[in-house]
Amino acid sequence: MMYLLSLVLLIIGLYGVLVKRNLIKIAIALSITEYAIFLFFALIGYKKGGAAPILVEGVKAESFVDPIPQALVLTAIVIGLGTTALLVSIAVRIYEKYGTFDIREISKLRK
Amino acid sequence: MVTQLYLLIGLMILGSIIALELKDLLSAVISLGIVGFSLTLAFLILQAPDLAIVQIVVETLSLVILIAAILKTTREDTNQGLNVKEFSIWAAGILCALFLIFANQSIGLMSPFGFPNTRMAQNYLTLGVEKTGAVNIVAAIILDFRGYDTLGEATVLFTSVMGVLATLRLVGRKK
Amino acid sequence: MNRGMTIIVKTVARLISGLIFLFGFYIICHGHLTPGGGFAGGVVVSGGFILLFLAYGSEEAKNEIKIWRASICESLGTFFFWLTAMIGLLGGSFFFLNILPKGKPFHLLSAGIIPLCNLFIGIEVAASVFGIFIALSTLKRGDKS
Repeated sequence: MMYLLSLVLLIIGLYGVLVKRNLIKIAIALSITEYAIFLFFALIGYKKGGAAPILVEGVKAESFVDPIPQALVLTAIVIGLGTTALLVSIAVRIYEKYGTFDIREISKLRK
Repeated sequence: MVTQLYLLIGLMILGSIIALELKDLLSAVISLGIVGFSLTLAFLILQAPDLAIVQIVVETLSLVILIAAILKTTREDTNQGLNVKEFSIWAAGILCALFLIFANQSIGLMSPFGFPNTRMAQNYLTLGVEKTGAVNIVAAIILDFRGYDTLGEATVLFTSVMGVLATLRLVGRKK
Repeated sequence: MNRGMTIIVKTVARLISGLIFLFGFYIICHGHLTPGGGFAGGVVVSGGFILLFLAYGSEEAKNEIKIWRASICESLGTFFFWLTAMIGLLGGSFFFLNILPKGKPFHLLSAGIIPLCNLFIGIEVAASVFGIFIALSTLKRGDKS
């Protein structure tokens, strides 16, 4: 059930990318999609009663959560920041040239 | 603990719906902040402190970048002009419903929540300290066992920043 | 955004940014002992730079910070990370070989090349995020064609 809720968040972000017309709204929806994927990965790796995968001196833990999904998500978060910044910078240049953020008017004005 | 996770995911879904439907762009970006900070709390509950540190700082910087872009250009949303009979909205809705139906069936094939299949990670967890000498197993994975992937990620970050710097510079543009 | 803030904000930002740099450097250096590592520490250090930039305004900061300095730091960080990985290959064995001594666990100087890689990745990520921010905020209006 919890996996299904995180996929609902993914669907909301995907719907925003497909339907919305404002470029900034598209960037926000892309961010929401990325957050849903990170949440899904963190949910897969969780183990009931497990501790964080870091050894502490003098404390012996019985079991750890799965560290591999965490290793995959760690770099993906910083890359998500980079792609959001790239999309926003392109949107700012488009606003300077065409005066609007609306993607339908931009495609009409190009002709 | 499971109820706390349900509450946090419910808050994220509510915040994302609000962020996409608001007319004022600045308020929509602040609603995106709700989603990001709830994700930090979810990472802490799911025993992933590395991810929580990175997510909270990256979320703040992403909000700063979006607000800087909005304040430079415009603050209000474009008129959507929704027509309910329009084809694209119905197509998007049917796609989402189909995706959820198929996802429900394949989630039934996965192992249940809280009991993961750690076939790959058993080797890393038991022999990680002897083979690498690092106590933080996640750092040992991303820099020693799977260091090649980290080199690829560093290259992708480098490329995206080169793209930003190339798009936003003024030197070399014809007047 | 252009003129900067009052003198109280500037003084407090100068004091606090030193603590932020120290905290970020601590997260980078202890990446193999506590949660964090190169990526987390890098964005924290860039947060300190962004705080100084926001407090002083883009007019006064433009004399101190030029964008090619951030770009050079970022390129050097990536290059030295790749060089650390290539040492194993040039030595005759496989890529990313862990050649420095492993030491005792729970000590600062342990775990082979992992602290070195963390340091270079931290420099690269800090310069990247700060470069993005400078480019976005000192944007000059281009030609309107």
